[in-house]
Order: sequence, then C-alpha cells, then structure tokens
Amino acid sequence: MSTSAIELDVDAPERRLHWALVDGWTVARRTLTHLVRQPTNIAWQLGFPIVSVLLFGYVFGSAMSVPGGGDYREYLMPGMFGMTMAMGFMNTAYAVVIDSTKGLTDRFRSMPMAPSAPVTGRGLADIVSATLDLVVLALTALVVGWRSDGGVLATLAAFGLLLLLRFALIWIGILLGLMAPNEEAAGGLFAVAFPFAMISSVFVAPSQMPDWLGAIAAWNPVSSTVTAARELFGNPVATSDTWIEQNAMLMAVVWPLVITAVFVPLAVRRFQRLSR
Amino acid sequence: MPTSTHAIRAEGLLKRYGDKTALDGFDLAVPQGMVYGLLGPNGAGKTTAVRIMATLLRLDGGRAEVAGHDVATEPRKVRRRIGFTGQAPAVDEILTGRQNLRMFGRLFHLSQALAYSRADELLRQFDLTDAADKGVKEYSGGMRRRLDLAASMILAPKVLFLDEPTTGLDPRGRNEVWSAVRSLVAGGTTVLLTTQYLDEADQLAERVAVIDHGKVIADDSPVALKQRIGGDQIEVVLQESVDLPVALPVVAKVAAAAPEVDDENRRITAPVEHRVAALTEVARTLQDEGIGVEDIGLRRPTLDEVFLRLTGHRTGEEVSA
Ligand SMILES: Nc1ncnc2c1ncn2[C@@H]1O[C@H](COP(=O)(O)OP(=O)(O)OP(=O)(O)O)[C@@H](O)[C@H]1O
Ligand SMILES: [Mg+2]
Repeated sequence: MSTSAIELDVDAPERRLHWALVDGWTVARRTLTHLVRQPTNIAWQLGFPIVSVLLFGYVFGSAMSVPGGGDYREYLMPGMFGMTMAMGFMNTAYAVVIDSTKGLTDRFRSMPMAPSAPVTGRGLADIVSATLDLVVLALTALVVGWRSDGGVLATLAAFGLLLLLRFALIWIGILLGLMAPNEEAAGGLFAVAFPFAMISSVFVAPSQMPDWLGAIAAWNPVSSTVTAARELFGNPVATSDTWIEQNAMLMAVVWPLVITAVFVPLAVRRFQRLSR
Repeated sequence: MPTSTHAIRAEGLLKRYGDKTALDGFDLAVPQGMVYGLLGPNGAGKTTAVRIMATLLRLDGGRAEVAGHDVATEPRKVRRRIGFTGQAPAVDEILTGRQNLRMFGRLFHLSQALAYSRADELLRQFDLTDAADKGVKEYSGGMRRRLDLAASMILAPKVLFLDEPTTGLDPRGRNEVWSAVRSLVAGGTTVLLTTQYLDEADQLAERVAVIDHGKVIADDSPVALKQRIGGDQIEVVLQESVDLPVALPVVAKVAAAAPEVDDENRRITAPVEHRVAALTEVARTLQDEGIGVEDIGLRRPTLDEVFLRLTGHRTGEEVSA
C-alpha cells in the first residue's frame, strides 16, 4: 500500500471533540477486550468480596449485631458493594502503571490521536467493568438471601451512587498509577486500599467502634455511599444521630464530586509532566 | 515549508533534568532515506534525544525539525509523520497481534475497513501472519519487536525512531529485526536508530553519529570513522608478557600513532600506514631479538576501537558526569 492510499483525516479544531470521543471509545474497547480474553481476572477481582460475604455473612454473621436491629447479612451486602467500588481504584492504578512501564503510554503520546483518549478510555472501561462487578455481586447477594425492599428507581439510584464513588476514585487511581514506579509499588497500594475500605460502615456501624475510629469511619466517603445505598435498598441502616450519618444521601453525592474536582486536575498535571 | 532535504534536523538541543544535563548542544542532520545510527554508551543521552524528536519530551533549548515540522510548535504534524518505538516493545500484551494493529490503526484515524486491511498487510510484511491471532504474551522477543515495528509503520511514516531495537534479543531475534529494518529503508523510510552495539551500527547504518555526554562528538560513515583512527592496525600477541617492554619500541617504530598495550592478553596494537612493510619489519625484528610471538597480523579497526579513541572510554562503561 502506498502512503497516499492511507488518507489522513485533517484534524481541524471542529473535529477535535469527534476524535476525542472516537479515540476514547477505541481505548476503552481495548480494556473491555481484556475482560473477554481473560475472564478469570474478573473471578480474581471478585473473589475477595465474595469470600468476605461468606466469611462475614456466615462465619461471623451470627455473632454480629446491627445496632437498632435488623438482619446482619441484609446490612452487610450494601457494604460489600461499597467495598468493591472503593477498592476498584487499585485496578485503575495497576492498569495505568503497566501501560506506562511497558511504554504503551509513550506510544499513545507519540501518535496523532486525541491526547485525552487514554484517560477517558480508561475511565469508561473502568465504569463498564465496575458495573459488571456490581451485577455479579448483586446476584451473589440474591443467592445468599439479600433483597432490596426499595422500588426499582431507588434500587437503581443506589447502584448509581455506588458507581459514582467508583468514578470519583478513577482519578485517584490514575494519579497513583502515574506516580508508582513499577507494578510492585502499585501492588503495595493494597495497604492503603484495605484500611480505606474497612474503616467505614462496610462491616460494622461506626457507633460500635472506639470514638476516634468511629469518627474517622463516619466521615469516610465510603460510609456515606454505603449508608445511602442501605437507605435506598431499604436495608438496615444503623446510623447514629451525628450530622454526617444523618446526611449520608447528600454526602454520597458531595464526596465523589469533591474527590473528582480535586483529583482530575492533579491527574492531568501529572500526565502533562510526563513530557518534562 | 518542508523544503529541507533532511528528514531530521536538530540544532543545539539542550535538556536538563534538575541540575543534570542530559543533552548539551546536540546537533544532528539526517538526510532522507537512510538508516542513521546514534551510537553512545549508557547515559550518553540517546533516549533523551530520540524522545525529544518524537515529541515526547519538551526541550530546554535549541530546535528540532522532523519531516519538515518543528517538534515544539507543530507536534501534531510531526506525530502524523513519524513512527516511534521505545526501548521496550510497546504493544498490548493481552490482545492478539492482529487486535493490536487494528487498535493502533483506529487510533491513527484510519477507517475500520482500512485499519483491518492495513493490519493484515503489516502482519504479512513482518512475517507474523501465523501468530496473528495469538496473544502477544506468547510471542518471542523478536516477534514482539516486529509487531512493535509494524505498529509504528501503520501510516507508512517518513521517519522512524528506533531506540535500541535489539537490546535483550537473542541473535535470531536481532537478525529478524535487522532484516525488518532493512526492508523498511528499501521502502523509503528514514530510520534513526540508537544502539550501544557497534556491530549493529556497522550492519545497518549508512552514517553514524557518536554521542557522549549529550553531544555529538563524531559524525561520519562507519568506514570513514574507522579510517579516522588510522587505516590498518598491526596486532602482535607475545608468548611471554615479560617481553612486552622489548617488543613495544619495535612496534612503535613502524606505527603511525602510539601503540596500545593490553598487558593481560600480552597484546600490542598500533595503526600503520604501509601495512606489508610494517608487518615484515616487525616480524623480522622480533625474530632477530629472539622474542616468542604467538600471533601477528593486520586488521581493520572495529568501531569499538573508534569509540574508545573518540570518547576515551569503552562502550557500556557508565559515564560519570
Ligand atoms: N527522567 C530523568 N530524570 C533525571 N535524569 C534523567 C532522566 N532521564 C534521563 N536522565 C539522565 O540523563 C542522561 C541521559 O539519559 P538517556 O536515557 O538519554 O541516556 P541513553 O544514552 O539513552 O542511555 P541508555 O543507553 O542507558 O539507554 C543520563 O545521565 C540519565 O541519568
Ligand atoms: Mg536509552
């Protein structure tokens, strides 16, 4: 094929948005193809929450009490959903660090594609795979007897808030992925992700923790999302009458917006610094 | 504007990392349609130079034009005219070879039909058709590198940057990559190739720039570079190293420059002008003096030696700035 046979699209300014969307979708499809080619990865990814469901739901479940009453497993499930979303940023960070250490990020940057595409594509793919995670988890939850007593809209709203949290954390994942020098360092993020997800209302109500820890747990964005989801699902909520716990629904929207507003510029700046 | 007959032209490139100067007045002019070798030891600034010219890195001074466009002011135009392969093969490990090329084709803004047919074409050109639908994870190092090259060739770019394309490959993989590069140049692509391997520059490059401490210190054809340190070399290997002091003046008498002594291998090397006369004289004199000679001969200098002469240190030695 001669060079002239490859027609180049002239990237006029009015085509920029078009290519930003098309290229973002191409990059997202790449990650989604990974899911198809390596379905066992999803199993690994979901292994942790599913094992936790069984451990906490059955092994400890009978010993756990929900303040204000209610079935512990009903209480636990929205927590598991929230924990999976909260820890999802590790997948983002891991994928980003692999792309930069393998030189793929550089290849993208040396190409005439939309510069935003690696980031938007990553975000889109992560939301799709997080949705898949939630579907699998919800089915597991249904099997062990969890039910949403909220209406269809409330139930969808709850899942929407969970995905909103995951979306906000994508930017932290991208930032950490760009900062990590190698895959091992990205693996070490587990040490951050685990307490971040655990010191929250995921497993037990903050009111059952020592005061100082309970305060941290109550203000953890994960708690707001999980509490809001419990309210929408009509599951046991077990909140104290502190402001932060009474306004979970509000904070489940505010926290992700704040996180996004803070971390998008940081991630973008870090990305631009690659050319320093 | 693209009136210049040079595919790459860099003038006085400066690049600093903190207080460390990676490029210090780097100049380069690469004519169209040849393989140009950029040769230098670890840390010489090869990668930095290539990344600047491939628009991946901002420069702190100087200017560079690639395929007729300024890398600082028209990076998008440059990007449409170059291919870049970094120090490690940059392909998606999980996708198949074919899926990789289709994806990159789409990202180069080819239509789907064109991206697909171009992928098939490149797989054929780089001899990857049989492995096209295997995951890249299963590829050998040479196959990965060829896929990497194929991905850089999607738009049939005018200029291709290859940063140490054969580092870490076995001889077979190196040969595969070398013949792939040769066929690209036959098709009219200008290739700028960095390497630490002198034989690679010797094999592939029509011209070589030797870079050290961020500066080009020599720039010529491999043959001319070798001639620069004196054409032929006489090489004498003694049986006993105690004889070295006696043999040294004998060799020095016929040499065009001061001989080099390698104690460990009991070897004396020196450039000579009249090869046969020098060889006969040294052989006769050493025999008259009763010095045991293990081997004596004439040979052309290797690029390794050129490098040593030019930089004062061997390739592969870390440069302390
Ligand atoms: N990101 C960076 N931060 C600080 N110093 C850097 C950075 N990148 C390169 N350097 C320094 O700049 C100098 C040139 O590095 P460069 O990578 O261009 O050399 P090179 O010739 O490609 O070496 P190699 O053969 O090892 O690939 C080196 O001294 C290196 O330590
Ligand atoms: Mg290098």
